[in-house]
Amino acid sequence: MKMHRFEEIWLIFGVAVLVISMAITGYQAFAQGMAPPSHKETIDPAQVENTAPFDNPGVYQTGENEYEVVMTLQAFSFEPSEITVPKGAEVTFIMTSKDVIHGVNAPHTNLNTMVVPGQVQRITQTFHDSDEFLLICNEYCGTGHQTMSATITVEE
Amino acid sequence: MANTIQTHMKNNTLPLVHFFLAFIMLLIGGTLGLLQGLNRGGVFELPASFNYYEVLTLHGILLILAFTTLFTNGYLYAAIRHTLGELSKTVKILAWSSLASFLIGSLLVVWMVLAGEATVMYTFYPPMQASPWFYIGLVFVVLCIWLAGLGVFISAFQWKRRNKGQHLPILAFFAVGIYTLVIFGSLGVTVEVLMLIPWAFGWTETINVMLSRTLFWSFGHTLVNVWYLVAISVWYTILPKIIGGRIFSDTLARLVVILIVILNVPGGFHHQIVDPAFSEGLKFMHVFMSLSIAFPSLMTAFAMFAVLERTGRKRGGRGLLGWLWVLPWGDVRFLTIMIAMISFIIGGAGGIAQTNNQLNQVVHNSLWVVGHFHITVGVTVVMTFFGLVYWLIPHLSGRVMTPFIHHLGMFQTATWTVGMALMALSMHAVGLFGAPRRTSYTTYGDSATALGWEPYLSFLATGGTLLFFGVILIVYIVFHLMFFAPKGDTPFMDSRVEDNAHPTPKWTENWGLWVIVAILIISMGYVVPLVDLIENAPPGSPPHRTW
Repeated sequence: MKMHRFEEIWLIFGVAVLVISMAITGYQAFAQGMAPPSHKETIDPAQVENTAPFDNPGVYQTGENEYEVVMTLQAFSFEPSEITVPKGAEVTFIMTSKDVIHGVNAPHTNLNTMVVPGQVQRITQTFHDSDEFLLICNEYCGTGHQTMSATITVEE
Repeated sequence: MANTIQTHMKNNTLPLVHFFLAFIMLLIGGTLGLLQGLNRGGVFELPASFNYYEVLTLHGILLILAFTTLFTNGYLYAAIRHTLGELSKTVKILAWSSLASFLIGSLLVVWMVLAGEATVMYTFYPPMQASPWFYIGLVFVVLCIWLAGLGVFISAFQWKRRNKGQHLPILAFFAVGIYTLVIFGSLGVTVEVLMLIPWAFGWTETINVMLSRTLFWSFGHTLVNVWYLVAISVWYTILPKIIGGRIFSDTLARLVVILIVILNVPGGFHHQIVDPAFSEGLKFMHVFMSLSIAFPSLMTAFAMFAVLERTGRKRGGRGLLGWLWVLPWGDVRFLTIMIAMISFIIGGAGGIAQTNNQLNQVVHNSLWVVGHFHITVGVTVVMTFFGLVYWLIPHLSGRVMTPFIHHLGMFQTATWTVGMALMALSMHAVGLFGAPRRTSYTTYGDSATALGWEPYLSFLATGGTLLFFGVILIVYIVFHLMFFAPKGDTPFMDSRVEDNAHPTPKWTENWGLWVIVAILIISMGYVVPLVDLIENAPPGSPPHRTW
């Protein structure tokens, strides 16, 4: 197929942009550890309350400035719903759903992921500023979906 | 003269009925959209009996399934009749059965939603469980698309048999590509729905949630690209005629169709970038598979600018950009399509952003996404559709557009553009600040973060109101052109290729090969994750009803 010379230049330019974009994405994902949350652990969705660690949701300190939040989601609440961590802490959320699919987002942070029944999801976020963050469900989960929220208080 | 109208109407009943129903759907769906926009802007509260999420489910289904399907079938059947000749009896039967299947399906779906038995959104993610009749309705909707596709394939085959050795006319080539893509795209969702039906009747107790979700998205995004392929069929084959030019390269157009058909299905995976149950490596491969769809779009961008510039220079445009000003900006048939194409530059860029791992995580499930598809579907696709009605409907009904309707059309175009710009841009902005999509008005107990979204949401409501007026105007225009405009002949606006164009190579016609390549690429994207989701499945989910 014969192509116009300008078109060849344009396509080479376009493909170069895509390749560079892939390279940056790949570098961030694999070299800098910024891959999207991709946990592959499964759980019986009907037995969440009887399965460790979800039999005991809460905030746990796991190291110096490292915390784990064990969290269960159900229509239309998070448990725990009030989380307090110190400034600069690296917080790993370990989450699962007791019923339908939920989404978890803390606006103004990169904490944004899906929580699916039958799956355990892990996502880590470091809170650098002392502030009160809102944590919301951002996947439609039923008629009370707009009330499903929690707060993360980051203390000085 | 009255007889000619009757003859026209009778010969073109099939596409006219499709368009008539399509714009009824737009009217209802658009009205629901107004209610939502006003609610989301905090202007008024919907009565409890008519829940926001029920309205949202219907708005989504009526506009993104019903309106687009009916319009596409109407347009493509008019196009194949024009380019391939009178439809054979078999094809006519298939086309009418397709419409019947659509009506049965959408009646079931809409009835179940209105009855409060299926407030599950357009995505109907299990383990939220709708009435089995809702899923059965969806089967009929898919069947509608397959029957319509079969009719087009048979028409193309019959034409090839009558015209041995010739290339299928370009518009019919687009039609074949479009239905091939939609059939590939709907395979996954069909399997999903066939698993959901026995579960919804209670014959099976649990459902594999991640498997269903993944099968859904192999369809969910492909559908968007089906509309986009319909839209570019207009850009490639009809736009040049409207501005007085020729098709830039027939081969290029056919190659773009082939690439879009073979590359598209795995693209839907980018909706699952932040899902659990997939490895990081698999997600990275899918970033590449999604981004590859940008390649044929870049080719289209080049081809469109080539057509615009060549035609502009032929019309006397000089200098670097002089060709741009001499284009027929005052012609509504051109202006609509031009705005559609410009908006695709914005929509395409936003799409590339969402395909990327880390950028997706910033905007996932926020109003940004809703802004993105109101730009891509609501402007790029729908405005292209609007651009067709000014000549296609009078062509079919044996009438002509009056200057008054032309003025009204220009006004409609302005209303739609400003409305969409206000709404979609504020959605993009507030989405970046974290406002969730598919959520009714809430301040989360007057949280400072949520209160910061308010001004953007009022812009959203204002845009939505303008769009509602846009809907009223276009529906009036369509029905006027269908039933009340003065009698006369309006030609079908398809273009010829440039006189000195290279001959189109034979390999473009080899659909058998393209189907195999498409299957290979779809397998590359989906075999590994699907096998993994089945083999490493958690115990299934029992049904939940949360509305």
